[in-house]
Amino acid sequence: MLGLHGYEASLVSGAWVTLQVALSSLFISVVLGILTALAKLSKATPLRVIGTLYTTVIRGIPDLVLMLLIFYGGQMLVNVIAESVGYEEYIDVNPFIAGVLTIGFIFGAYMAETFRGAIMAVDQGQLEAGKAYGMTPWLIFRRILFPQMMRHALPGFGNNWLVLLKTTALVAIIGLEDMVRKAQLASGSTQEPFTFYFAVCLIFLLYTTVSILLLNWAERHFSASVSREA
Amino acid sequence: MDFKEVILQYVDYKVILDNLPMYFDGLVMTVQLVFISLVIGLCMAVPLAVLRLSKNRWVAWPVWLYTYFFRGTPLLVQLFLIYYGMGQFIDLNASSIGAFFKDAYYCALVAFTLNTAAYTTEIIRGAMKETPRGEIEAAKAYGMSYFQTFYRIILPSAFRRALPAYCNEVVFMLHGSAIAGVVTIMDITGVARVVYSRFYTPFEAFIFAGLLYMMLTFLIVWAFKQLEHRWLAHLRPRS
Repeated sequence: MLGLHGYEASLVSGAWVTLQVALSSLFISVVLGILTALAKLSKATPLRVIGTLYTTVIRGIPDLVLMLLIFYGGQMLVNVIAESVGYEEYIDVNPFIAGVLTIGFIFGAYMAETFRGAIMAVDQGQLEAGKAYGMTPWLIFRRILFPQMMRHALPGFGNNWLVLLKTTALVAIIGLEDMVRKAQLASGSTQEPFTFYFAVCLIFLLYTTVSILLLNWAERHFSASVSREA
Repeated sequence: MDFKEVILQYVDYKVILDNLPMYFDGLVMTVQLVFISLVIGLCMAVPLAVLRLSKNRWVAWPVWLYTYFFRGTPLLVQLFLIYYGMGQFIDLNASSIGAFFKDAYYCALVAFTLNTAAYTTEIIRGAMKETPRGEIEAAKAYGMSYFQTFYRIILPSAFRRALPAYCNEVVFMLHGSAIAGVVTIMDITGVARVVYSRFYTPFEAFIFAGLLYMMLTFLIVWAFKQLEHRWLAHLRPRS
């Protein structure tokens, strides 16, 4: 095909790791994003301050620096704590967990901004009506807020996802065997780096294209109530 | 023990003080890399945006492909593609082109420039498309040529409209440039990595780097606020 010298299976397994990292961090970022958005919109000042601090600091620092900080710093912290409770052996931080936590943590800040705007776009009167019906906050969120905010959140959410997908390439730097790392290994032994990095590019383009198609579908789905099409 | 003592016990601020000159060089390197890429990228983006808007499919399509490729793949892989990949086609030790691609600094410049040019092309294209029809018709009615219309009407108003999105792109480029440290360039992140590995002080090394980036980010956002204040004055509500 492309002349991958039998490294096809290795690249495919790397592509699967990339997808796992991306989807796991997406999950974390969405949960963090919604919580932070609610915190920033809450009446409690400490919550608002924490939310604002989190989103401002994270968006001011490059993802790679944060990832190195959490990976190497976390490594040190874990070992210091383990030592203080009497654990002798050296603990290696799992790069998958460090990568997913970092990317989730970073994109939580971007998601928070998206969701904050989306929540504000939902008619306040409907939330009050839910309260008047005696719904619990969770029920109001599930039945009224969430379905309606998703329509407003989708474009921003889609953008964040596409950026997140590409950010996963950084996990190769902390040693996780994603497809970028696999390409590094393969090009080391075949002396054909361009071929392998180009193959990785094509897989990223495939992910991006499929994502865009799915996002367009989702946008139609969540806008069903307001669209004019039959 | 009060708070200050706790901090001093665990944070080795001397590591930062001793390496301040190195961090400063890193700061200069980061700013230089980002600034040069942004300027060349912007110069490339304007003609590319015009081509991208062309009605001729054979002109618009290659530009679309270019922006789709560079916006759909990670900057890190693009850098690897150029820094490691070029050796597959040219002898890096033989020609002057080889010497160019052997140097991580120039490879990073090429990768960053191509990347930011792709994003900026789409930003400017979007802004140009939004030009009110009436303005173009008015220019035509005044007898302006196509180029006059372009330089006097379309471009200035497109730049104005593109300003907020371009500010984001500049910040993204600054943050993206952190990967230069991976290919041996001593930018802020590169310096932080060296300080970390030499003194085994991850918190001091990377948090200080993070603070430098944050300072640059706020500086960029502030500068664009000033530009917007000046150039988008006609869009502000009158007080």
